[in-house]
Amino acid sequence: MKTSLLPRLAFGLVVGLVLIYLMLPVLIIVPMSFSSTRFLTFPPPALSLRWYAEYFGSPNWMQGTRMSLMLGVLTVLIATPLGTAAAYAISNAQNRLMRSLHMVLMLPLIVPIIIVAIGIFFVYAKLGLIQTLTGLVLANVMLGLPYVITSVVAGLQSFDKTQEMVARSLGMNRLRAFLTVTLPQIKASVFAGAVFAFISAIDETIIALFVSGGQYQTLTKRMFTALRDEIDPTIASISTLLTAASFLLVLLAMSGQKKEA
Amino acid sequence: MTLLAAPAVLVIVALVVIPVGWLAAQSIYDNGFTLEHYRRIFTEEVYWRSFALTFRIALMVTFLTLLLGYPVAYAAAHAKRPWNVLILACVMLPFWTSVLVRAYAWLVLLQRTGVANQLLERFGLITEPLAMVHNELGTVIATVHILLPFMVLPLYSTMQKIPRELMLAGASLGGGPLYSFLRIFLPLSLPGVVAGLTLVFVLTLGFYITPELLGGGRTVMISMVVSRNVELYAQWGAASAVGVVLLACVLMIFAAVGRIIPLDKMLGQK
Repeated sequence: MKTSLLPRLAFGLVVGLVLIYLMLPVLIIVPMSFSSTRFLTFPPPALSLRWYAEYFGSPNWMQGTRMSLMLGVLTVLIATPLGTAAAYAISNAQNRLMRSLHMVLMLPLIVPIIIVAIGIFFVYAKLGLIQTLTGLVLANVMLGLPYVITSVVAGLQSFDKTQEMVARSLGMNRLRAFLTVTLPQIKASVFAGAVFAFISAIDETIIALFVSGGQYQTLTKRMFTALRDEIDPTIASISTLLTAASFLLVLLAMSGQKKEA
Repeated sequence: MTLLAAPAVLVIVALVVIPVGWLAAQSIYDNGFTLEHYRRIFTEEVYWRSFALTFRIALMVTFLTLLLGYPVAYAAAHAKRPWNVLILACVMLPFWTSVLVRAYAWLVLLQRTGVANQLLERFGLITEPLAMVHNELGTVIATVHILLPFMVLPLYSTMQKIPRELMLAGASLGGGPLYSFLRIFLPLSLPGVVAGLTLVFVLTLGFYITPELLGGGRTVMISMVVSRNVELYAQWGAASAVGVVLLACVLMIFAAVGRIIPLDKMLGQK
């Protein structure tokens, strides 16, 4: 079917403009982060690394960064095994109970985060978990679980279950059969789920606003507070680093999944 | 087998079900059973104005994401390599960029001395800088940007499954391109449209960071009412009641749409 040239051109133009709108923030942040002045002029008058120096030289930003990285790692270490086990249960037991449990496990994606955040704030206030690492990690494990579960369930769907049954019929117990036969074949999905849980923990802001503080302030909480007060160009350098990091991680996760498929 | 899921379920129960339940209990219990907090939501102007504003913004954002997202999804589903990869990359990169980073970028772009105003002035289109941020407009521009991928992705996955032959058949039977699109392609893409509309609408209802940073304190959406009642006024009962009403809206929308499209299909996009 051939459509005439003019509508095709107009259509291409519209799509191009929307794509520019989508990319605009990234396109603006990166040059801003290398600007030499504190004024937000574009294009920047001269290039410099002063905002990166500012970031790496600031004890406050460094504390936030260390905190967020630690939070991300701890979240992944807990959410990945829990989520993988749950995904395994979901794809092997196709009964009513399991289907309802699957819905329960997806709740963090359904309930608006602000509601979860103040609910957790109330509960933590009673339990003395506010401004603790434990409290933050638990909340982020909860947020990361749906990502791990969704990714691993998808991986298990394309995995041939009879292989695991063969291994078990040859005398392996279920755990060993899973670890030696199934897991190596779905490892890219597990890895992708872990990456998404990591990014989600690094990006999480709303719960951190309520329950993190003092020496346990996350990077995003510090960024949010800084943005509310004034526009500090240091945030451009942090934003560039954050965007580059999550982009690389997603590429890594996707290339792994592609190899598996 | 169910035991394997137990630890994960335990985490969700402890950190979603119990906190939200606590919230619900607190909204009706204040030294005895009371519906005072709910009465205030429906009678006091601050509350219902904020609900009205939130729903209005959600409607605007949903409409705009559909308007902008449909052509992009169509192009992604029909373009040849490498164009389709490029289009999807442009959609996915902002998707995985922190919401804070994007809010910051829009602040820089749209403020009085920002890039957008500088450009418009240089081209002589305006003489006075436009107020594009710290108001509802700024909130809408940034929210549409953040939620556009949630519209494009379900649309794209639905459009990809529409067989090309159907459009060819339509053409062979004498239908023009526009006629075939309206009668064949558009109706078949509707499941994606519904999924996208629902996701974007519901997510906007709960938006917090973007209106807080770009709304300039005047665009008070529901989630901000909740957080202010906790942070500024220590009105836990009021905050809980507003939270419960917001959650009820979200659940009703999901339940209604869930009758047409399975919920897990919809959430798979996220």
